[in-house]
Amino acid sequence: MEIKEFIQYFAEQFDETDINEFTPETVFHDLDEYSSLIALSIIAMINEEYDVTLKGDDMNAAVTIEDLFNIVKSKM
Amino acid sequence: MAFLEVRNVSIKGISAGVPRCVIDNLKEFNDYSREYNAAAFVESTGVKERRIDNLTTSDLCVPAAEQLIVDLRWSKKEIDAIVFVSQMHDYILPATACIIQERLGLSKECYAVDLALGCSGWVYGLSVVSSLLQNGGIKKALLLAGEGKRRVPYDEPLFGFAGTATALEYEEGAEGFKYHFGTDGNGYDAIIIPDGGSRNQFTAKSLEMEDFNGHQINRLYSRMKGMDVFAFGISTVPKSVKQLSEHFGIDYHDADYYVLHQANMKMNNTIAKKLKLNAEKVPVCMDTFGNTSSASIPLTIVTRLNDKVQGLRKYICCGFGVGLSWGTVAFSTNNLLLSKLVEVEVNNEEKWI
Repeated sequence: MEIKEFIQYFAEQFDETDINEFTPETVFHDLDEYSSLIALSIIAMINEEYDVTLKGDDMNAAVTIEDLFNIVKSKM
Repeated sequence: MAFLEVRNVSIKGISAGVPRCVIDNLKEFNDYSREYNAAAFVESTGVKERRIDNLTTSDLCVPAAEQLIVDLRWSKKEIDAIVFVSQMHDYILPATACIIQERLGLSKECYAVDLALGCSGWVYGLSVVSSLLQNGGIKKALLLAGEGKRRVPYDEPLFGFAGTATALEYEEGAEGFKYHFGTDGNGYDAIIIPDGGSRNQFTAKSLEMEDFNGHQINRLYSRMKGMDVFAFGISTVPKSVKQLSEHFGIDYHDADYYVLHQANMKMNNTIAKKLKLNAEKVPVCMDTFGNTSSASIPLTIVTRLNDKVQGLRKYICCGFGVGLSWGTVAFSTNNLLLSKLVEVEVNNEEKWI
């Protein structure tokens, strides 16, 4: 599991946010476009691509994209 | 492993009752500090309209059952069992099924029981009724499933009211039903009404408003951890359908229709995509009725497959949600009778305690 690939999948869940906004350090909760609906798309993407089922608490606990990446990795 | 096969029973007909009163989510959106406006809510959930009125679940199930009995030309005295599935009962006690026995004018020689399940309830109810009938001791039975008026007046734009009736009959040699069931009580608080039961008895504090995920609600309102329920649905449903297929050696792609609990469009689309289902075979009714809990599978069949069930039809249905609880069933119907949707109005002449 590569963080580069994870960030690419992560970014695909957004329609309007510039691709350059997505880095391991991005605080994704602060992105203007981020919403609970986008959170559902991210949960679906992670389930599809990594066969990991996240909970709402996992999404809330992760501050950066890298945090979320590490949570997914720890559940694989 | 909770697999179950029940033979010698088939579904003869299905009916549904909904309030006549239509709520348009774009016009009458009940916004209590949501992050979305009405248009965004409708787009993301797929729920444009729903039916709400001052009607209990039994107020909706009884007219639906009456219509079905007439359409099937059944005699009421032949109906020896009713199973009522809901989480909104007319009274804390007695069981609503007992009240329905009287309202429908069924024989006192009648088996009647309530099952307290939500979105998985129709499939569980089907397993109970079909199991009761499989040896022919009882020949005809009704499964009544739905959700009506809440215990306290509150309304959420995702949910609508509906009551359904499913008529099952003993039929020697009938192929019957193949089931898979699952339960994860670890997620008991994913959808919960915390107060008013025995664990947290009703007190004045139950009525105090508090923040829950940005919503101001009290402890008698239903509260849902949306992300947890979404993650549960998209991971569990495809797995359950595949487990059922593998266990019974059937190819789930052979079904004519996949009728899923109408949770919300995003969840159902994700599930259909994961199972690689042809969208034309996955009927949807949440656009005009919302999420109707245990009624949603039979309501979808009644309102969306009305002219498509002549001859032999194969179905895979999956109910999933509060509990957490899920059930998947595979069955066939032959010339299934679907009653016309019954629109119910409040009857102020009925006298109740």
